[in-house]
Amino acid sequence: MKLKAFFPFLIFCVISIALYVGLSLNPGEIPSEFIDDPIPEFSLPVVGGEEVGLTTADLKNEEGVVLVNFFASWCAPCYVEHPFLMELQKRGYKIYGVAYKDKAHATNRFLKEQGNPYFDTAADNDGRVAIEWGVYGFPETFIIKDGVIRHKHAGPIMEMQFEDEFMPILESISK
Amino acid sequence: MNKIMIVIFWLLMGTSAFAVGVDEKRLSDPAEEARAQEIMKQLRCLVCQNQSIVDSDAGLAKDIRIIVRERILAGDTDQQVLTFMTERYGDWVLLKPPFDGATIILWLSPLLLLGVGFIIIIRNQRNRKMATSAPLSDEEQKRIAQLLNENGDN
Amino acid sequence: MIAELGHFALILACSLSVIQGVFPLYGSINGNGRMMGISLPAAYGQFLFVSFAFAALMYSFIVSDFSVANVATNSHTLKPMLYKVSATWGNHEGSILFWALILALFGAMVAFFGRNLPRKFHVTVLSVQAFVGLGFYLFLLLTSNPFERIFPFPNEGNGLNPLLQDPGLAFHPPLLYLGYVGLSVTFSFAVAALIEGRVDAAWARWVRPWTLLAWCFLTTGLTLGSWWAYYELGWGGWWFWDPVENAAFMPWLVATGLLHSAIVVEKRDTLKAWTILLAIIAFSFSLLGTFIVRSGVLTSVHAFATDPERGVFILLFLFLVIGGSLFLFALRADKLQPGGLFAPISRESMLIINNLLLSVSALVVMFGTLYPLLRDALTGEKITVGPPFFNMAFGSLMIPLIIVMALGPMANWKRADLMGILSRLKFMMVVSLVATLAFYYMAGGGAIMAAVWLGLGMWLLFSTLYEWSERIKLFKGGALKRILRQPRASMGMTFGHLGLAIAVLGMAATSYWDSEYQGIMGYGDKATIAGYEVTLNSTDGIIGPNYTAVRASFDVNKDGQKVTTLEPEARVYMTPPMPTTEAAILSTFLGDLFVVIGEANSENYDLWAVRLYFKPLQAWLWTGVAIMVLGGFISLSDRRFRTGTIKGKK
Repeated sequence: MKLKAFFPFLIFCVISIALYVGLSLNPGEIPSEFIDDPIPEFSLPVVGGEEVGLTTADLKNEEGVVLVNFFASWCAPCYVEHPFLMELQKRGYKIYGVAYKDKAHATNRFLKEQGNPYFDTAADNDGRVAIEWGVYGFPETFIIKDGVIRHKHAGPIMEMQFEDEFMPILESISK
Repeated sequence: MNKIMIVIFWLLMGTSAFAVGVDEKRLSDPAEEARAQEIMKQLRCLVCQNQSIVDSDAGLAKDIRIIVRERILAGDTDQQVLTFMTERYGDWVLLKPPFDGATIILWLSPLLLLGVGFIIIIRNQRNRKMATSAPLSDEEQKRIAQLLNENGDN
Repeated sequence: MIAELGHFALILACSLSVIQGVFPLYGSINGNGRMMGISLPAAYGQFLFVSFAFAALMYSFIVSDFSVANVATNSHTLKPMLYKVSATWGNHEGSILFWALILALFGAMVAFFGRNLPRKFHVTVLSVQAFVGLGFYLFLLLTSNPFERIFPFPNEGNGLNPLLQDPGLAFHPPLLYLGYVGLSVTFSFAVAALIEGRVDAAWARWVRPWTLLAWCFLTTGLTLGSWWAYYELGWGGWWFWDPVENAAFMPWLVATGLLHSAIVVEKRDTLKAWTILLAIIAFSFSLLGTFIVRSGVLTSVHAFATDPERGVFILLFLFLVIGGSLFLFALRADKLQPGGLFAPISRESMLIINNLLLSVSALVVMFGTLYPLLRDALTGEKITVGPPFFNMAFGSLMIPLIIVMALGPMANWKRADLMGILSRLKFMMVVSLVATLAFYYMAGGGAIMAAVWLGLGMWLLFSTLYEWSERIKLFKGGALKRILRQPRASMGMTFGHLGLAIAVLGMAATSYWDSEYQGIMGYGDKATIAGYEVTLNSTDGIIGPNYTAVRASFDVNKDGQKVTTLEPEARVYMTPPMPTTEAAILSTFLGDLFVVIGEANSENYDLWAVRLYFKPLQAWLWTGVAIMVLGGFISLSDRRFRTGTIKGKK
């Protein structure tokens, strides 16, 4: 019996361990490149208008924690998370909404029918600002404090994600 | 009738973000357009996850194609365009992993594995020769080679 | 009721696999003939019960029994019958059941055709086969029961992903699975040989037809998938190095290596331990492929069931089967003493180089596929390994492979004369160089790599033809008789290599010289591509069984002559609502004209987004692969293998 003959077995063991670890990872989730970076420079119009709705300065001047939520009325998962955003608003979180590539009337109807959890809403009509923010899937939610991005979540935010992912960060930055 | 059908079709189509479209604004300079195409082939479509943005009808892929062309028109180098994307989406968007300390083993894996394979084969051959016969003198080996050649041709 | 019967049959098959696995093996160790006798009937019974279970599931799909959860989530009453049937294996549970069915089918075939094998060995092979089957039955029964009922049940099903509603994709998984699972036979033979501690020429002669059969199916399945991507995804791409594609490609590469190394075992009684290892690895890659697809451990457009719990189960099973057999290999490998010696330049060495390059390329593909996962697990960084890496890494390994491929068949066993071979091929080198340059010039130049690949294809093409002409003494009297009397195995080899040469030429041309047109066209507008003038004639709304579509009609002219009318469609399926493109393709000897119709302007519907592609020599790629598969089947019909399968001559 030669040690050499065990190589295939050992290599396979390493691969199995990697695969086992891999099972608990989510390959589709990409962390934001902007964690702990200041928010990108941008300026967005209001929904259905030309006048300036939301800019970098608005977010920088905020005291305390704010959430920025990219959404669209055509995005199915956005409907899923919407009730929870309403809940967050009730709990006193300040949420800014960015309507991504959405028609103004559709956005307005969406907010009218589903409720409006946003402190303010702006429209990203050509989707450029979303790319500036590194947004790739909808909805996406950012945690921002003092003009710095602290966290991003891609996909709908529900009670579970909020408790597991957001609360620890919110607690650590409010200290 | 026909027209109504088409309208119904498009109403249904509207529910999806993946309608087949075309890039209307191509770069007028063929060399620049070719450069843009090469860069786009290296960028991963973020929504579809396993295709480059060249081969995708996803809205985000279209937007990024527009940005790539804009940046080239603005005089960016290929690397600058890629950096623009990695600054926003990380190395993840590059279909071709960057050549750095951590990926060097990946890039060199074909060579390394070939090398290891060759060493194993050569050592095996040598061991077998030693195991089957006492080493022959050069003279003997030449003689054997000659004999084998004479018989071995058929 | 039928579903419950199916479930019950599955449980019976599972129990039979335990019986088939345990008792005969015990009997063969202790020389108990009666216990060994259980083996064959158990194998047949197992196949019978799984077939019944599978038929029961298919029946539920055909009659749209939505009280079965699997049917409700994957079918719809409006779906055409073909896709109701193919939906049986087009979902997670059904596809695993299909795996088990094919496994049992191959088990029954080994039981039947192997009756002239040494009895102990035959029984051991069937035991190993049964244990592999047991894993799949348990997986089905414990985590993925295809017969689960739902209550209250819906009146209508969710429908099948429209992309999958296509004849190409209806038959792609079954063929691929026939290939995957066919390798299980080779695996069982290898493990049985390890248990017995003996491998000889007879073993190789036994294993080769099974490997060949699996290889033929695997090749066909892979190509069908690739062909589907080509015409269905609407971009004219045919290979994306997607994890799921790689998962099927890795076993193919190893199986191809195995085909060649088994020849060495058969003819020269050497390379035994290596061949056994390859047989184990080939099937391991099949299982790994199944794991990758079923667990969703790597993101992929294809993975339609992602469930970590199932992942853990498959991983455990993988570990037992692969880990166990590799461990056994480690314990027994040195019992397999190599036989015939050979010189560094010889047919054997060439085949070793073939094996080295094929296994390294399989490993590189695996490493590239798993690298993002390894990196993520170790450092948490997300990176992508995409086509640019694979093309470069895999491509550079294929270059030496193709060069050696031309030389291998001309080399003698034991010791060959490299200079002699090269001088025999001198003329062919000149011919392929001239052909390459002529082609390159006619194509109007291009990338250097294009010329390299073209050259490789030509080199393989001409040297394979030359080797063949030399072997059958083409230019001497009675050549025709000699052509037909060639051993089928060597005829198959010639076809296999020629097919690859043609496929390489096709790949080179279609990858480097393709052209495209994208634009907005109104009625009567013309677009020109690769010498074709394409005119948008009209569009028409049509209603299919479960979709609505726009069908456009394009006139295709060349040199002022009308060639044909192409009618691409843009479809929107109703359940689930999803658009698909149905490209229209004009396939010619020189290349494919590929037409895709897209969006219209929303005001008048008189301007349409149109994409046109010209893919030179695309048909050569498919034809080349078809010739390779034909070669496989010709080789399979070799008399040598028949005497091994049908009892009689001993």
